[in-house]
Amino acid sequence: MSSQLHEQLKSYERMLTIRQFETEAERQYKAARIGGYCHLSSGQEAATLGAVDAMLEDDLLVTGYRCHGFALARGVPATAVMAELFGRRDGCAHGRGGSMHMLDVGRGFLGGWGIVAGQLPIATGLALGLVRQRRNAAVLCELGDGAVNMGAWHESLNLAALWGLPIVFLVINNDYGMGTSVEHASSEPEIYRRAAAFRMHGERVDGDDIGAVGEAATRLLGRARDERLPAVLEALTYRYRGHSVADAGLAYRTREEIAAHQARDPLTRMRSSLLAQGARESDLEEISRAVSERIAEAVSFAEQSPPPDVGTLAKGVYSPGSAGQFARMIPGSPFGERELVFAGGLGQ
Amino acid sequence: VSTPQPETGGQPSGPEPPATTWISYREALRMALREELARDERVFLMGEEIGAFEGAYKVTAGLLAEFGADRVRDTPISEEGFVGAGIGAAMLGERPVVEVMTINFLLVAMDQVINHAAKIRAMFGGQVGCPLVIRTPNGAGNQLTAQHSQSFDGWFASTPGLKVVAPANPADAKGLLKAAIRDDDPVLVIENLPIYKEKGEVPLDADHVCEIGRAAVVRSGSDVTLIAHSYATVRSLAVAERLAERHDIQAEVVDLRSLRPLDVETIAESVARTNRAVCVEEGWPSYGVTAEIAARIQSACFDDLDAPVERVGMAEVPLPYAKNLELAAMPGEDRIEAAVLHTLGVA
Repeated sequence: MSSQLHEQLKSYERMLTIRQFETEAERQYKAARIGGYCHLSSGQEAATLGAVDAMLEDDLLVTGYRCHGFALARGVPATAVMAELFGRRDGCAHGRGGSMHMLDVGRGFLGGWGIVAGQLPIATGLALGLVRQRRNAAVLCELGDGAVNMGAWHESLNLAALWGLPIVFLVINNDYGMGTSVEHASSEPEIYRRAAAFRMHGERVDGDDIGAVGEAATRLLGRARDERLPAVLEALTYRYRGHSVADAGLAYRTREEIAAHQARDPLTRMRSSLLAQGARESDLEEISRAVSERIAEAVSFAEQSPPPDVGTLAKGVYSPGSAGQFARMIPGSPFGERELVFAGGLGQ
Repeated sequence: VSTPQPETGGQPSGPEPPATTWISYREALRMALREELARDERVFLMGEEIGAFEGAYKVTAGLLAEFGADRVRDTPISEEGFVGAGIGAAMLGERPVVEVMTINFLLVAMDQVINHAAKIRAMFGGQVGCPLVIRTPNGAGNQLTAQHSQSFDGWFASTPGLKVVAPANPADAKGLLKAAIRDDDPVLVIENLPIYKEKGEVPLDADHVCEIGRAAVVRSGSDVTLIAHSYATVRSLAVAERLAERHDIQAEVVDLRSLRPLDVETIAESVARTNRAVCVEEGWPSYGVTAEIAARIQSACFDDLDAPVERVGMAEVPLPYAKNLELAAMPGEDRIEAAVLHTLGVA
């Protein structure tokens, strides 16, 4: 087997991991073992993995709330992502964040964020931090097509261009922001063109072609790192499921439309390409089996991880060393609160 | 649009038509919107997903089909833009009703609300008004985590120039929303996620309007007064029943309904009789609604109080995802009951 084919089989396995993870997350949500909002990314695997794999080790990743796939793509173990969805201690945010707020500081993934476009100024600031610290790295900032109509988009792009920051704004254009199509939300539906308003490079790529996404992301992240040229990369893709698990996703689009997109499914496309290059059916079946096993392990790991200790409710609200500042109002102090509102790990 | 008048004279006397209907809070809001859209051409709706998607919480279901896209206007995700657009249209005498998906997202438009809408009438010497309504739900309890579980009622209620109402039942939802739409000032109508599905008797009268600035005694009692608004009222009513059953304590419950203006009179009248007060809110209590109420009570009822005013609110943390942590943070019935017992010296 050629090393190139071997690499592609690896990518296929990781895309399949995201797909199967999302399918399992939906199943667990419907069994009421996952709560809150749960936004699935089935259909967007090539755009996700292609872009994340273009990152180097020191690069930083910031995303919106549809972030399970990005966490997995960046190497966060499926066990830690599933445990987070279960709200358990071994989750990647220790059960505090849930579906929308995955992160892995060690892997440079500084958060899934829940307010549309809220992550853009933050990502811009991370890029500024990289420049100030003279680090040869770039930020990959993911956002959805809905986020480009927020003021934060315009302000962030302007700052990034004005200051020459090493950042790539990756627009995952899956045709809909919640139930509103791009055409109904955006006066310039060719989103990548908006970069021109800031004299920034923008381009559009077939987001269901992992090779095309990878090539563009590698090139643009390279320019950002080496030449401090920010860019917009728009990846055209589609989400098969509703906006969240609570949305059937059929009020604003037809089953035929979904089927048409599924006909050019990124996983099916990659599968065909692998077979054409000489991969055997049995290899692909073996991959599928291994992935299923890993997802089952993730669920079993999440089940066994304990919930957070209620006594740690206030843990992490403030930095270590802050306890003294609150000493004259916390429970137990004269005139202090009777209830444990600030205690339970303040400043620890 | 004329309201059909009941026929009189010459008609056989039949059974009286029903004066109320049993519907949910969300349906009561929809009824108010539909009636006001029909009553006044100047009324129009704007917001994310309110048309084809029928609203994130289905309040506007059916209104696009009935009134068309000009009056039920879908917006992009651009809160600062469409809240501000509502302000501008209101300055020309339109009656925009802007839906913001949750109060958490209203923060994106905070500058338009606080620095602009709230200022217009005073800053321009009373020459221009802003009859804008913003509808948005607060609330927690569905594991929606730190950025989607907040209640900022106190922030808005502390702002001169805004009016803030927060209905806790379907009848008030209809009456207060209609009052807000007919009011000449910017009014924030704070709805509530857990109450949307709650049902109650709602007057069918198309002119059922609740006066802004009036609290309601929603349960009578003589031992202690619970003062609450929005979902905290629902919790307080449940606790009052529990106190009666378990401890033979009769709690009076005052539902504020309106936070700004605030009906201090109704609060003080009740506390002067019961001599004890427990203030409850879903938001963080520090510098919050309960802080304001407690200050008003100590000032109005200093000589009537037999115990310090108690406050119950959300634990002062960004809300965590894990179910057990979230439950521990919420101002649940056990915590409210404990505060009541404490103020009565029972525990």
